[in-house]
Amino acid sequence: MNPNYLDFEQPIAELEVKIEELQLVGNDNDININEEISKLKEKSHKLTEKIFSDLTPWDIVKVARHPQRPYTLDYLPRVFTDFEELHGDRHFGDDKSIIGGLARLNGEPVMVIGQEKGRSVKDKVLRNFGMPKPEGYRKALRLMEMAERFKLPIITLIDTPGAYPGIDSEERGISEAIAQNLAVMSRLKTPIICLVIGEGSSGGALGIGVGDHTAMLQYSTYFVISPEGCANIIWKTSEKAPDAAEAMGLTSTILENLGIVDSTIPEPMGAAHRDIDLMAERITAHLSEQLKKLQALDADDLLAQRYERLMSYGND
Amino acid sequence: MSWIDKILPSIVRSGEESERRTNVPEGLWSKCVKCESVLYRPDLEHNLNVCPKCEHHMRIGARRRLDIFLDEEGRTEICTDVEPVDRLKFKDLKKYKDRLSAAQKATGEKDALIAMEGSVKGLPVVSVAFEFAFHGGSMGYAVGEKFTRAANVALEKKVPLVCFAASGGARMQEALISLMQMAKTSAVIERMKQQGVPYISVMTDPVYGGVSASLALLGDLNVAEPNARAGFAGPNIIEQTIRQKLPKGFQLSEFLLEHGAIDMIIPRPQMRDKLAGILSKLMHHPVDLGVAESEPECESESVEQQEE
Repeated sequence: MNPNYLDFEQPIAELEVKIEELQLVGNDNDININEEISKLKEKSHKLTEKIFSDLTPWDIVKVARHPQRPYTLDYLPRVFTDFEELHGDRHFGDDKSIIGGLARLNGEPVMVIGQEKGRSVKDKVLRNFGMPKPEGYRKALRLMEMAERFKLPIITLIDTPGAYPGIDSEERGISEAIAQNLAVMSRLKTPIICLVIGEGSSGGALGIGVGDHTAMLQYSTYFVISPEGCANIIWKTSEKAPDAAEAMGLTSTILENLGIVDSTIPEPMGAAHRDIDLMAERITAHLSEQLKKLQALDADDLLAQRYERLMSYGND
Repeated sequence: MSWIDKILPSIVRSGEESERRTNVPEGLWSKCVKCESVLYRPDLEHNLNVCPKCEHHMRIGARRRLDIFLDEEGRTEICTDVEPVDRLKFKDLKKYKDRLSAAQKATGEKDALIAMEGSVKGLPVVSVAFEFAFHGGSMGYAVGEKFTRAANVALEKKVPLVCFAASGGARMQEALISLMQMAKTSAVIERMKQQGVPYISVMTDPVYGGVSASLALLGDLNVAEPNARAGFAGPNIIEQTIRQKLPKGFQLSEFLLEHGAIDMIIPRPQMRDKLAGILSKLMHHPVDLGVAESEPECESESVEQQEE
């Protein structure tokens, strides 16, 4: 099994291996081989299209957690320019699972805040696998309040397996830190655009997820409890996670229907990691469009609209 | 059971007591879940379901909670038309719809939150209480909506809101709708804060997950009953994540107080007096209402006699 491909993608992986092999041979000049390669590429493309047109919710959970899934650090340099990272919550420390700072989007200054899981093993440890502690949420809050003072729009990139469930997290008040963010984000006098780029797990995601517009990448997920957690509670085994994923409605299609997510950004063929640049282009276009709409609103109208939206959650 | 087990008093036998504890039949007698003292039920109720022997605060329902907190006169239940909605048509082993009907039948409530308008020692308040027996007090649309509406009544009338939380967290079966109730309730609380209408959050055993990470920790004052457990992640999940035993007293009220999450611990019999006193100051009431009306007595005599 090719570790760069998920189980349901293995037929694609096999084709890709063949293409690679032929390409190596092809360098020794032969026109027929080139033809063969383009045939196989066509086949691989069609197969990918077919497989991805019919993903189950559990497949999507796996794509959202794909080891090659682009993270905040992959998008930062592609979507923004002049990023200047700002550190620390001013009370306890600097949580590296939440990255925040000033940047420009199409030349316009913004505040960007994103959760980062870390790519290499060393990075993952540094970033605590994308599981923020209270100081992460408090840093985010500090930056968001700063953004309000300087009239900078806020853009948040959500990608976390959840807030960190540990002793230190509880000691420093992880619940309060998240709750405080929800409360303050509901009234910050500046546009807030939220984007789920991978996993949006529960309170840990929502802690930077209250705003004027929430979008999801096509193969990202947003849920109140992980499918494994849900399966553990109901079926008493995490092996039932695929069933749980089915029942929970964690994909953008369903969440858009429920009126919780406002839009979905289509991913490149075979998901975002197959073409990060294209994905980043689409994200940039999306953010620019939303920003323009929100900035056209008067600050009081913006807040009234956000509040009304929050109050409507769950209504028919 | 061997002959030696049979002649041992029940309290000495171990292992199976947890099941037996709750198996004391309905009637005049009750057993403390902590110290296992046999208690005369009328005494226990008079003592607000706090064990007269070990002061363990037993769980009580939402209606009883509001009943002992609010003045007898002039209380009205509000927002009674809010009902749960199964927007996802959630189904696991059972249909969520069926789980809801079962919970409604068992508790007689529509969902896990009760809201009332009334007064505490004459001071007008809105108060809400979670019914833990209903789906573990979990917050879905109905709970979030009712909390929000009750808060709006408090906002409109400029009277304090007091919430007694007891909840396992956000309700799984309503998925992201439940999660968004966290944002909704937090937003209305923030509005209260901006307008200077007091909100007091009382944590009673237990408060976890989405309820803890929203409305329960956003009070102008956060208080807790003794020995209430409250936290973001449940102890099992933390133990599985960090692979070590948790320290004694972890996530209990005393732990919360020590780590600065709450203002104070208030034993149940003093809750009314204490909160009335605090609210009378916050509301600039000319008279301080914090003085005890009458000390609730611990009528434990009859219980002791019974044990001998």
